[in-house]
Amino acid sequence: MMTAATDSTRTIVTGSRTAAPARRAGSRSREQLVSWAFLAPFLIAFALFLVWPIIHGIVLSFTDASLTGAGGGFVGFANYAEALSDPVMWRSLWNTIWFTLLSTVPLVVIALLMAALVDRGLPGQWLWRLSFFMPYLLASTVISQIWVWIFNPQIGAANNILKAFGLEPLAWLQNPETNMLSIVIATVWWTVGFNFLLYLAAMQNIPPQQYEAASLDGAGAWRQFWSITLPQLGPATVLILLLQILASLKLFDQAYQMLGGVASDTTRSIVQYIYEAGFVSYRFGYSAAISYVFFALIVIVGVAQALVTRRRKEQL
Amino acid sequence: MSTATLTPTEAVVTATPRRRSHLPGQKPFGPLRVTAFVVLLLLAIGWLLPFLWAVATAFKTEPDAASGDPSWIGTSGPTVDAFTAILSQGNVYTWAFNSLWTAAAVTFITLTISALAAYAFSRLDFAGRKWLFVVILASIVVPPQVLIIPLFYQMLAFNMIDTYWGLILPQVVAPAMVFILKRFFDAIPIELEDAARVDGASRLRIFWSVVLPLSRPILASVAIFVFIAAWNNFLWPFLVINDTTLMTLPVGLQTVISAYGVQYAQVMAQAVLAALPLIVIFLIFQKQIVKGVATSGFGGQ
Repeated sequence: MMTAATDSTRTIVTGSRTAAPARRAGSRSREQLVSWAFLAPFLIAFALFLVWPIIHGIVLSFTDASLTGAGGGFVGFANYAEALSDPVMWRSLWNTIWFTLLSTVPLVVIALLMAALVDRGLPGQWLWRLSFFMPYLLASTVISQIWVWIFNPQIGAANNILKAFGLEPLAWLQNPETNMLSIVIATVWWTVGFNFLLYLAAMQNIPPQQYEAASLDGAGAWRQFWSITLPQLGPATVLILLLQILASLKLFDQAYQMLGGVASDTTRSIVQYIYEAGFVSYRFGYSAAISYVFFALIVIVGVAQALVTRRRKEQL
Repeated sequence: MSTATLTPTEAVVTATPRRRSHLPGQKPFGPLRVTAFVVLLLLAIGWLLPFLWAVATAFKTEPDAASGDPSWIGTSGPTVDAFTAILSQGNVYTWAFNSLWTAAAVTFITLTISALAAYAFSRLDFAGRKWLFVVILASIVVPPQVLIIPLFYQMLAFNMIDTYWGLILPQVVAPAMVFILKRFFDAIPIELEDAARVDGASRLRIFWSVVLPLSRPILASVAIFVFIAAWNNFLWPFLVINDTTLMTLPVGLQTVISAYGVQYAQVMAQAVLAALPLIVIFLIFQKQIVKGVATSGFGGQ
């Protein structure tokens, strides 16, 4: 892709060279100027709100800076040393990974199931898309309020359903043993529609001729799914998995709000701990250090994905 | 009983014309097809129920909602009391308006600066083009959550805490969108631009009157994606805005939950009201949104 673009630009440049060799130098430096003019607005925002915060965050992580303005002195690796020996940090890191494991599997499998069914071209396309994707459009606040209501231990709908099946009611969000599960259920309901749409798009990219040919050969719908659809979803699945893992690792909004802002040892995610260290304990330096522990986790996932993709490409 | 509570959605369903019900060349009523339909229907009902239950609760009286009675309509009959109570407080309008215009501003600025940069990367030749693009690509992996502490410092330094600028500006950098737009621009035939260049059109003019009109679908996709993200963003607005009159909907609603205590019907009415704008937008632009999410989602690789 990139090489193609470079080539086409080159063609222009060589074209103008042959046409007017004398003006070459002038038009080239003009093009430089025009380029930077096009880039400037983005680059200024990029430098101010991305590059600078990344650098400043690293600097802060080596200080004992606090919101109150006190401190700010250089403390070396003390924040990182503290983070690595902080049981709350490890617990929130584990909670984050646990949530990622619990949520990613259903978020990918259910999305695949939904897309496979909708892709059959059954009547009501419009309704399926609305039902599955609509929750994704809701703000975290809205879905938190809805699920706190459903998970209400005394009068919530979730326990009414359990009772209808003759099961014991649960305390859901109010029990440390089930609160993470409750957050996972709400999250699957909330965000599965995004993966569903990605899968659906991937399935609709498969040429219909392949199905027609298979159907002429007498392959049924089930057979077609296994031997045509599924094998071609490999790249899409790798990407959806990566996007989902990255999204799940960023758990905060719904977990924080569904518990009403109360910190729970069993649901506190790493992003929530960054927030608490910075904006509840006012320890900006420490919070910045935990941010980079989190960032390291994200980079590890990204690198792992890159390795997997490369292996896949080599196999092909 | 349950039909009455279902009417709002049914009305919605019938209101929009059916777009597609294409049937590939299979038996229309094979057993597998019927099973697939039933499973799909159950899934769809399962996915709609939580929201419908919220709608049903919002139309109950407070005592009915708090009674724990699992029926869809309270014993005192449906009422809009909860909605009038919420709407009479006025804050909801302010927050919805703030959300709407700040999300629109984030979308507009993001789209403008990303498209300009993407055009430069796609079509212009300048020193350092390659490495700059690599840097921007690499920055896609940086989660915004990592930057909240230094960004907060920056907003303090710029005096932007509790201002709209402080809310909007840190949200406008979207390297993934530059990448998506660049890829789209790459695919536009260069001959179209060459013709305009021969006529002496400037780069900006070509960008504006040749490239942008051809890029409408991708611009719409990116805009939709950015808008949804900005509309629903919680963490940053939550940190940077403390003034009640400047809050966005997600942040504002969150502050009143505790204030209401056990007023379930009101909380649900509020959730339904907050959900409404995006549902309406989805009903109108379903096709574009579905396409936009797929394009931008996959482009983010």
